[in-house]
Amino acid sequence: MRLRVRYSKKGKVRFTSHRDVARIWERALRRVGLPMAYSQGFSPRPKMSFGLALSTGHESEAEFLELELSEDGEGEAIDWNTERFVDLAERLTGALPVGLNVVAIAPVEKGDSLQQAVTSCTWSIEVDGMDMEQMNAWVADVLARDEIVVERERKGKPVVEDLRPHVLALDVTGATETGVRLLADLGTQPRALRPSELLAALDPPLKAGTVCRMHQWMSQGDDREEPLTAPVAPAPSATVPA
Amino acid sequence: MSSLWSELERVLAEVQKPARYIGCEDGMTVPDHHPDAVAWLLLYPDTYEVGLPNQGLQILYEILNERPDAEAERSYAPWTDMAEVLRREGLPLFSVETHRPAGEFDILAFNLAAELVYTNVLECLDLAGMPVRAADRGPEHPLVLVGGHCSYNPEPMADFVDAAVLGDGEEVVGEITEVVAAWKAAGSGSRAELLRALSGVTGVYVPSLYRAEFDAGVFTGVVPIDDAPPVVEKRTVADLADWPYPKNQLVPLTEVIHDRLNVEVFRGCTRGCRFCQAGMITRPVRERPAEQVRTMVAEGLRRTGYDEVSLTSLSTADFSGIQEVVAAAVADDACGQVSVSLPSLRVDAFTVGIAAELQKARRTGLTFAPEAGTWRMRQVINKLISEEDLYAAVEAAYSQGWRRVKLYFLTGLPTETDEDTLAILEMARKCIEVGRTHQRSPTVTVSVGGFVPKPFTPFQWFGQNTENELRRKVGLLRDELKRKPKIYRGLQLKWHDARASVVEGMMSRGDRRLGRVIEDVWRAGGVFQEWGEHFDIGLWETAMATHGMTFEDLVYRHRTLEEALPWDHLSAGLHKDFLWQDWRDALDELGLEDCRWIPCYDCGACTGFGIEHVVASAVPPAGGSQGTGQDRSTGGEVPVSLMARPVAEQDSEMVVA
Repeated sequence: MRLRVRYSKKGKVRFTSHRDVARIWERALRRVGLPMAYSQGFSPRPKMSFGLALSTGHESEAEFLELELSEDGEGEAIDWNTERFVDLAERLTGALPVGLNVVAIAPVEKGDSLQQAVTSCTWSIEVDGMDMEQMNAWVADVLARDEIVVERERKGKPVVEDLRPHVLALDVTGATETGVRLLADLGTQPRALRPSELLAALDPPLKAGTVCRMHQWMSQGDDREEPLTAPVAPAPSATVPA
Repeated sequence: MSSLWSELERVLAEVQKPARYIGCEDGMTVPDHHPDAVAWLLLYPDTYEVGLPNQGLQILYEILNERPDAEAERSYAPWTDMAEVLRREGLPLFSVETHRPAGEFDILAFNLAAELVYTNVLECLDLAGMPVRAADRGPEHPLVLVGGHCSYNPEPMADFVDAAVLGDGEEVVGEITEVVAAWKAAGSGSRAELLRALSGVTGVYVPSLYRAEFDAGVFTGVVPIDDAPPVVEKRTVADLADWPYPKNQLVPLTEVIHDRLNVEVFRGCTRGCRFCQAGMITRPVRERPAEQVRTMVAEGLRRTGYDEVSLTSLSTADFSGIQEVVAAAVADDACGQVSVSLPSLRVDAFTVGIAAELQKARRTGLTFAPEAGTWRMRQVINKLISEEDLYAAVEAAYSQGWRRVKLYFLTGLPTETDEDTLAILEMARKCIEVGRTHQRSPTVTVSVGGFVPKPFTPFQWFGQNTENELRRKVGLLRDELKRKPKIYRGLQLKWHDARASVVEGMMSRGDRRLGRVIEDVWRAGGVFQEWGEHFDIGLWETAMATHGMTFEDLVYRHRTLEEALPWDHLSAGLHKDFLWQDWRDALDELGLEDCRWIPCYDCGACTGFGIEHVVASAVPPAGGSQGTGQDRSTGGEVPVSLMARPVAEQDSEMVVA
């Protein structure tokens, strides 16, 4: 059985790395005693798969994880009703450090990996040192361009890349204490465009304050939907696209 | 109380591994600050990854936070990138719990586990916004304490610390808290008065109340000024059962070394290895009751979510009932598959039974420490394991599915010949041969460290091998491997930097003059010297030359019985004549059996403190010769009697290589 979990990552814990979070999850799952399936081999590990990596230091309202439960039917069979999901979400949150909160859990069929299925993300980006007018002008400039060609290093070799197709939507939503807030939809295929790359795309580069991933989106024809919607209490009302 | 978090979170994105600085570990205590409580900042002067798992620090952290009159937070040496950011932003060193400036605490207590971190202590003090020299600090500055194994010779750090604490910290931290609390409550006392009061606490050494004396540039002793105690004795807790700490081991959010549950099964060791400072200064043996170990393991695994537990001590296979404890941990399926690791394995106590229990879960690495390649050399260092012991242990490992074992050796030991050095490879080769009967391509990793003589060991009088000599010995091993690659197939050789051993040796037995050298190196940017990427011998050589000191005098020279040692005014409970006799015995290639089960050599550790070895069983664990040179492979009855100490010939020449 496969479970999809949605969780948030806020506060001090945002400074942990993707790899740290994977290890934190392993320990939390052992603490709540969920009967996990284990990989074979010399060093068996619980089977779990994470979605797109989140840069160290960024917050998120929409992180996803899939867990493979053991099928060998040891102990009591688990009746996955509503209460069980709510209870499990609460117990997992209790076993995770402050700042990591499970907001939804639902069973899913085995399908594409989350990394393949997700095509874009919505980011809330605090941009320091800009006012509304300057930021709107910057957004208009970006959106008006046909291409934004940057050179970056990939495996030690310089590659030239057009970022423009990855910039799906930009919206300046308001002022903050130190600048403005930008909402950005950025594409993730074939690779995810990072908010910092967007801000550095035009000269001079802009400086990001707090960055938070608000949504991850999967394409459904012309529509898009989230792998698991939130907030979900009780969890089972979550809609799970195939 | 002021928190620096809002300033810090703006800059954390700029530094490597920012999770080092956020705290948030499971098991963390966030104290309610109240002005009357004594606020301790426990500092480990190395990176978070190295310092967080330190059990000593975690034990004191819990004990202090349980006291109503104390509160404790933690800090670690910021990596160089973070130090640069802090200085640029004008931010001080901070605690990881509440991100409160280090300077707001009453006490900064450093754990000194290794000599090469000394310059990091100065870096931390400077980042805390304090003068690094104790004499320059005023009543507004926190008290600076050091503890840990290096505090048995704190003289090189004497200029920078207010006090050094010797021995087990469990009880003494409470007594220090009470002295500081009373001083705070009085509100009017000078710093000098506080230091004088602290010097009255057993185990606390206040360097400023002593004077280091020299005669024509030769160190002649450390003497008390006024009425400070002439000798400061170490502290020893009698029974580990009274101290089941840490109860809530910290579980870090980011990867650290020893990232697993750690349960201390005993403290102290009486195997009597002559090179081993830990074994000498932590006597006597105090075992934790097996039932308490089982409880701490089971509860610890459930609470932390770890799937690995390490049973820690100086020689874990010596723990009575080790097999049952390992079996219980592995069989505890409440937490899924649990693997057990046993650091510091004695080969003569590692049996097929233990190997079989260990391999039931994921196999962790296995490391054995024969320390020397020939029986003669092992008698000199009193590591009385026979080759048969080693091969039996290695066979136990390979037969239970291990494909690789690690072997630790020392080079640069007293009386060592090239024949002894080269025997390391022969021993490793035979281990691989044993492995071939069980595994298709078994491997052995040989790790060779340069021997550094330490205070309060029989080898404290030995002149350390020079850098060139250590390098030559490692070269012998490398050349032999290169010449005969086929013969040594499956053998991998690793060695330590000989230059680092020299600097370590200098601090290990140095006197108070070294303060100037340490300060110079720190001022020249020499931090994180325990890290190969930062270690810079040139900085040390320059500072030594500036102050007219030489490695020849401080490191390579043999000491005599008559000369004063910089730690003679401190005591680890060991009689100096015991150590000297043991040194003579070493030169006569005379081994001494473990006193836990057989004779008492009157080293002083038990008698001086009115305590005895606390072992759960009067019978040593099964396996091997148990350091007795006899077959004790079945465990069983060992006659307990007082035996005459083997007497070495008194007129033997002192010959050291």
